[in-house]
Amino acid sequence: MAECHPVGFQWVMEAKARGATLIHVDPRFTRTSAVADLHVPLRAGSDIAFLGGIVNYILSEERYFREYVVAYTNASSILREDFQDTEDLDGLFSDPSTWLYESGSGNDDTRDGESHEGGGLHEDAYRDPTLTHPRCVFQVLRRHFSRYTPALVAETCGVSESSFLAVCSALCDNSGRDRTSAFCYAVGWTQHTVGVQVIRTAAIVQLLLGNIGRPGGGILALRGHATIQGSTDVPTLYNLLPGYLPMPKAGDDDTFGSYISNHTAASGWWTQFPKYTVSLLKAWFGSAAQAENDWCYNYLPLLTGDHSHMNTVADMADGKVRGYFVMGENPVVGSMHGRLQRAALASLDWLVVRDFALIETAEFWRSSPACETEVFFFPAAAHTEKDGTYTNTQRLLQFHHKAVEPAGDRRSELWFMYHLGLRLRALYAGSSLSRDRPLLDLTWSYGTVGPHDEPDVLEVLKEINGFTVADGVPVPSFTALADDGSTACGCWIYSGSFADGVNMTARRSASGAPWGFAWPADRRLLYNRASADPSGRPWSERKAYVWWDPVASRWTGHDVPDFIVDRPPSYRPASDAVGLDTIAGDKPFIMQGDGVGWLFAPTGVVDGPLPTHYEPQESVMSNPLYSQQRNPTRLEWSRDDNPYHRPFDDPDYPFVVTTYRLTEHHTAGGMSRWLPWLAELQPEFFCEVSPSLALERGLANGEWATISTARTSVEARVLVTSRIPPLMVGRGRRRRAVHQIGLPYHWGSSGLVRGDSANELISFVADPNVSIQESKALTADIRPGRRAR
Amino acid sequence: MTVGFFTDTTVCIGCKACEVACKQWNQLPDDGFSFTGMSYDNTVQLGASTWRHVAFIERPPTGDDGAGDKFSWLMMSDVCKHCETSACLEACPTGSIIRTEFDSVFVQPDICNGCGYCVSACPFGVIDRREDDGRAWKCTLCYDRLGADMTPACAQACPTESIVFGELSSLHERAASRVEALHASGHTEAYLYGVDQSGTDGLHAFFLLTDEPEVYNLPSAPVAYSKTNGRAWRSMVAAGVAMAVAAVVSARR
Repeated sequence: MAECHPVGFQWVMEAKARGATLIHVDPRFTRTSAVADLHVPLRAGSDIAFLGGIVNYILSEERYFREYVVAYTNASSILREDFQDTEDLDGLFSDPSTWLYESGSGNDDTRDGESHEGGGLHEDAYRDPTLTHPRCVFQVLRRHFSRYTPALVAETCGVSESSFLAVCSALCDNSGRDRTSAFCYAVGWTQHTVGVQVIRTAAIVQLLLGNIGRPGGGILALRGHATIQGSTDVPTLYNLLPGYLPMPKAGDDDTFGSYISNHTAASGWWTQFPKYTVSLLKAWFGSAAQAENDWCYNYLPLLTGDHSHMNTVADMADGKVRGYFVMGENPVVGSMHGRLQRAALASLDWLVVRDFALIETAEFWRSSPACETEVFFFPAAAHTEKDGTYTNTQRLLQFHHKAVEPAGDRRSELWFMYHLGLRLRALYAGSSLSRDRPLLDLTWSYGTVGPHDEPDVLEVLKEINGFTVADGVPVPSFTALADDGSTACGCWIYSGSFADGVNMTARRSASGAPWGFAWPADRRLLYNRASADPSGRPWSERKAYVWWDPVASRWTGHDVPDFIVDRPPSYRPASDAVGLDTIAGDKPFIMQGDGVGWLFAPTGVVDGPLPTHYEPQESVMSNPLYSQQRNPTRLEWSRDDNPYHRPFDDPDYPFVVTTYRLTEHHTAGGMSRWLPWLAELQPEFFCEVSPSLALERGLANGEWATISTARTSVEARVLVTSRIPPLMVGRGRRRRAVHQIGLPYHWGSSGLVRGDSANELISFVADPNVSIQESKALTADIRPGRRAR
Repeated sequence: MTVGFFTDTTVCIGCKACEVACKQWNQLPDDGFSFTGMSYDNTVQLGASTWRHVAFIERPPTGDDGAGDKFSWLMMSDVCKHCETSACLEACPTGSIIRTEFDSVFVQPDICNGCGYCVSACPFGVIDRREDDGRAWKCTLCYDRLGADMTPACAQACPTESIVFGELSSLHERAASRVEALHASGHTEAYLYGVDQSGTDGLHAFFLLTDEPEVYNLPSAPVAYSKTNGRAWRSMVAAGVAMAVAAVVSARR
C-alpha cells in the first residue's frame, strides 16, 4: 500500500502512531514492509491457503465473535443434504444446484454480472442458532477448512508456523466487541485464477471476527487508478449497467418482463430493482421511453457471451473485431501477453487511442510493417484541464475543478464522447430504420460551456443523480425513484450527489462537515447497522457508531444509518411481506435476500460456495490439499499463440514470477515514463532476485538477465536483494526452497525511459467469475545476459 | 525567525514525493536515466539538480535463525542542512552565499561566479556545481515560498509527515518527544542527528535516525572551516612560541 498508494498510506501511518499493529503479507519486502510491525513473505498464489488457515485458527481456537456470527451471518443456515464439499470430493464441489439452504428455492446461473436473487432466502426457516447441526454453514465451514492447519499453511505458503500464528493471534486479539481490524488489498489478491475466492476468504475471516459494518473494520480494495471505483459504479464493464444493474443477456432477458422478473429479488433491497431500471431507461431515452414500449428496453444490446477483455482481444486477433477505442489504457504494456495484444491490434481495421502521450498502443504499428490498421490518435486533457469527479475506494465522490483550458487539440473524455455522439446522430438524422432509433432517441443535449463547447458536467451530474421528469427537479435520494416513468436517474447509487441542485461532491470543509459525497446516500460505512447489536445497542462504547434511539424511535449515530431509518430492531416481516417490508429489524445486510453476511455463498460465485486452495495455472508445486491441482472452472484460451507450462514441476520454468508496480511509475507508464522527474527515479526495467538465486543462476547485480516463459522472453537489469527471499515449501523429502522473481511492469518501447514489459510473459488465463488474468503468480526461467534478437 | 526541517526517518516510506515536488517547484533538470543497482535509489546523491534525495539502505538480518535483528530497509530523505555555522557560506569569496531572514543558507545565482570553494567546504557534500552553467546550486529552503508564507515544496508533498517544516525550536521539541515515544515503545536506537553538533553549532535541517550516521551517508562529526581555523591559528601561535622559546634557549647555550 505504501508502494502504490503512498498518499492513502498516510492514514495507516497515523493509525500506527496511535498504536495500531500493521501486518504486511506479501512475497516481497516492500516499502510497506519497511514500516510494518510484521512482514510475512509467502509464496505467490498461496493466499487462500494462508487465509483459510486463519479461518481454521479462528474456528478451532474458538476466537470468533459468536453473537455477531449467529445474528449477522448465515452460519446457522442449514444446507441441503445432497451438498458435497471439496473435502468429500477431493477438491471438487457437488453440482451448483446443490449449493443451497435446505429451505432453498431456485438457484440462478450467475456467470455474468451481479445476481440479485437471494434464492428465496428470506424464509428464515431451517436455521440452527446453536450452530451444532452437522449441515449448518458453521459446521460445513469448520470441516471445509479443518485441514488448513498451521503446519499445512507453513508448507504450502512457505511461511514459518510462528509468524503465521503471530498474524492469527494479532488479528483475533484486535477483533471483537471493543476492537476491530481492517484488511487492505489490491491486485496482488485479485489477479489470480482464484481471485474472487481470495476476497471471499477474507470476507469469511472478517465476518467471523465481526469486522464488517463496524468502524475500523472492513475489507478495502485499493484501486489502481484515481477513479477506477467510479468506472465500476458507472461502469466501463461489459456486463454491467450503471449502479450494478446487470447487462441483459440474450436468452434470459429477452424482454423487459423477463429482465425485471429475473433480477428483482423477493426480499431485501433489490426488491427495488424495477425503480432503478425504469429510471435509468428514462434517463437514457427520455420521452421516447414509455410504459407501452417497455421504456425502450429493447434498445439495449443483449449479451451473447463473455465479452471481457481477453475474449475480445482474442477475437480481434482472429479477425472478428474491426474497430477498437482505447481510452486511458495502454494494453500493449499494461495487459497480459503483449505479443497477442499487438497481433490483435494489427488485425483491426481501425483503432482510436486517446492519451496524454504517444503510448505503445498508439505506436505498435511502427514495429509491425505488415500492419494495415488505421490508427487515430487524440490527445487527452489532464485532470487539471477539466471539471469532474473522482470516486475513490471508499466510494467517496470528490469534485475537481478545471485549473486551465486544455491546450492545442487536447480535450476531455466527456467532450470527445459527447461530440462524437452529436456527429453520429447528425449522420443518422434522416434515418427511418428502427435499428437507428436507439441512437436517435438517446437524450443527448447537454449545455456546453467555454471556448471548446465543453459539455456542462453539472448537467451530467444532475442526470446521474436523477430528477423528476415533470419539472426536472433533482431527486433527494434513490428512495424517491419510481418505476412508473415519473423519475429519471442515470445511476441510482449516486443519487443524492446533486440533491437540491447542490453539487455535494464539491463539498470541502475541514471543520468536520461532510467532505464530498459517499455513495449510497452519503454513507461513509456500508452495512453500519452491524455496528449495533441485534437489539440496536452499540456492541461497545468504544466502537459505538450507529444505534437505535428508542426515544426518537430512529436509527442515529455518527454516520447516515445504512438501514430503514425508522425500522425498529424488533420488527419482523410478515410471511406475506413484499418489497422493503421484507427487511427484518435485526438483519443488517440489506442487499442480501436473507439480510445476513454470507460465510457460505449459495449463489453469485461460479467456482464454489466456499473458497478452496487451488494452485495457479502454472505452479512450482502440486496442490498439497487435493488431487484437483487448479481451479476446475478457470478460463483457458487454447490457442497456438498462448502456450501454457506444465501445471507444476516444469523443468524448463522452475521459478515463480510475480509482477507489481513501483511508487515511481503509474501502471503502464503513460503518465510517468514521459516525465523526466519520474522517469529518472526508476529508469530501467529490472528484476528482483534473491542472493541465492543470483548465485544459482550466475546473475550479477546491475547486469542483464533474461526471463523466459513459453510465451516469450524479456530482458531486465538485475537487482539482487534480500527483500525477495527464497521460501521453504513442501514437507518431508519434498521440502525445498522456492525462488521467486519480482518484475515491475511499467516499461515499454516508447517514452523517455524504455525497456521490455513484464506483461509480455503472461498467458491468457482467467478467473471464471470476473475474467481477470493471472499475472501475480506464474512460472518462468531466468538466465544471465540479454535476450536473443 | 529561524525555520528548518525535522526529517523523521522512522516514518519515511521512500515515496520520493519530496524529490519530485522539489524538482517541480524549482524547475530542476533530471540527473540522467541510469539504473544504479543500489536498491531503489537511482539519483544516488544530493547535487546541483537534486536538492532532496531519498536514500535506501537494505540492512541484512544479524545473527542466525532470527536471533538478531530482522532484515530492515531504512529510508531517509536527505537535504541541505542549513548549518548554524555554515562552511559553504564562510568559504564563499563573492558574497553569493548569504544567510537569509529565515536563518537559512541561500546561494544567489546572479552573484555566484562558480569558483567552487563552497563545494569542497561543505562537510556533507551537499552543494554542487552544475556542469552546464558552472554555478553552485543547492536547496534554497524554498526561499521564494517562505516569502509568500508557504511551506517548502518537499514538506508540503510528504504524505507521512516524515518531513516537517517549522520554527526550529518547536521542531526541536517535537523531535525530542518523538524520540521519547520511540524509546518508550522499545526503539531505544532512535536519536537525533544535528541538534547538538559542535562542528556546525547545530543543523537547521536535522534528522531522527536509528543507526550510525555513516549508514545514511552522513558524517559523524562534520566540521565547518571556521571551527578548525581557530585551532589552526592556535597551533601556529603555539608553534611560533615554541620556536621562539627554542631559539632563546639555544641562544643562551
